Amino acid sequence: MQQEQYKNLEQQVTPPTPYLKNALKAFFVGGIICTIGHAITYFYIIFFDFTENTVGNPTVSTMIFLSMLLTGFGLYTKLGQFAGAGSAVPVTGFGNAVISAAIEHRTEGIVLGVGGNIFKLAGSVILFGVASAFFISLIKLILVTIGVVQW
Amino acid sequence: MVIVFQSKPSILANAVVAGPLEKKSVFYSYFDSVVEDERWNQKTNEQGHSKMIIEACEIITKKANINNLDVDYFLSGDLVNQMTPSNFAARELAISFIGLFSACATSVSSVIISSLLTELGASQYAIAGAASQHNAIERQFRYPIEYGGKKPATAQWTATAAGYVLVGKHNPEYPSVVAATVGKVVDYGDTNPFHMGGAMAPAAFDTIKAHLKKRNQKFQDYDLIMTGDLGKVGLKILQTMFAQSGIKPEELQLLRDAGAEFYGEDEAFLAGASGAGCSAAVYFSYIIQQLKTGRFKRVLLCATGALLSPLSFQQGESIPCTAHAIELTME
Repeated sequence: MQQEQYKNLEQQVTPPTPYLKNALKAFFVGGIICTIGHAITYFYIIFFDFTENTVGNPTVSTMIFLSMLLTGFGLYTKLGQFAGAGSAVPVTGFGNAVISAAIEHRTEGIVLGVGGNIFKLAGSVILFGVASAFFISLIKLILVTIGVVQW
Repeated sequence: MVIVFQSKPSILANAVVAGPLEKKSVFYSYFDSVVEDERWNQKTNEQGHSKMIIEACEIITKKANINNLDVDYFLSGDLVNQMTPSNFAARELAISFIGLFSACATSVSSVIISSLLTELGASQYAIAGAASQHNAIERQFRYPIEYGGKKPATAQWTATAAGYVLVGKHNPEYPSVVAATVGKVVDYGDTNPFHMGGAMAPAAFDTIKAHLKKRNQKFQDYDLIMTGDLGKVGLKILQTMFAQSGIKPEELQLLRDAGAEFYGEDEAFLAGASGAGCSAAVYFSYIIQQLKTGRFKRVLLCATGALLSPLSFQQGESIPCTAHAIELTME
């Protein structure tokens, strides 16, 4: 059998990925996570001395803390298997990537194990997050300087 | 390459040890021992993995009423880097040791080499088999255990199990290894590590076809032809390949897969079980016992292995696969 022929056969037999179903699940679970995040935002604004500009940090910290608890109790993998991108894209997914790597490498010690591997998965998010933020800021600066937009 | 064993080495004892989740396996009642703690009360998963291998070997020597000094060779393999669980188990067992890597096909390749050593007269008793521990293997090949990534329906679950057999001179009361096929490495260009069944099916097809052709046999000559860990999707692909090559549907019923059946219909395990311990656990418990009771007279066990590493996959290499087969009979 030729490689092409086999690829066709394999594709026919393999069940197709249910993209629509996956997207709907991701939409609703992701939406629920973000709604919880928003509730926490209001909580900090109403009960503490935060404004809309400063409430971001405590909200993100709280969400990551919750995500870490779920990860530690082995529940985040189950959520991830159901929701896919819905639980991977919000900041809770970032927290999960960090803490799961830390748990995984605990047996190799605190420094080389946890320290060396904690950003194994999240490292690329940080790198490309910071890099893209830099370039977006640069574009903004140029556009503002030459007067195309006002900020 | 097909080998015919004139002296028909026999499988004199068998042992399977499995992890706590493997209680969900449909083959659970055939296992010798199941441990409540995935780490076998050790500090690390890798130590637990090693302990599991030692325990299986201890059960074997106990069953055969021999001690480690009577065993000439220990042939074992697993999926951890440099096979440390097998190496460390061999350190404790103090038996002449050859580590083997055929990925998940090690369960069969170890029996082939043990049978050759026995036929050669170099070995009175040899322990052969393979093992895998879910946590130790998943972290090696995929993401951290607690990482919430979504796996597709074609993904498989690495089983925690160790399956070992004692290979010795022919004894008509035990199942015998009459022939074997050492598989070629087959690569149809598959690159998806979450669809191992699809990558491995052509290797199984190649080996089974070669074995039947050289032995001048048909599907019906067997009570069962069982592949290792193709999973539900991989098995379907293999059945389709055989159907296209002219095998009738009723003959295809004889073709089964250890990984596809391992966890039954439980959807949490997606396409089924995988890992070096998966085929070893099924072959060296259920199959051997069915042969002993005479329910099966002749079986072909074809374990499949994906010969990739996380590095080769990240570098964009396709997944080369192999399959080794043994033909067991019961007089």
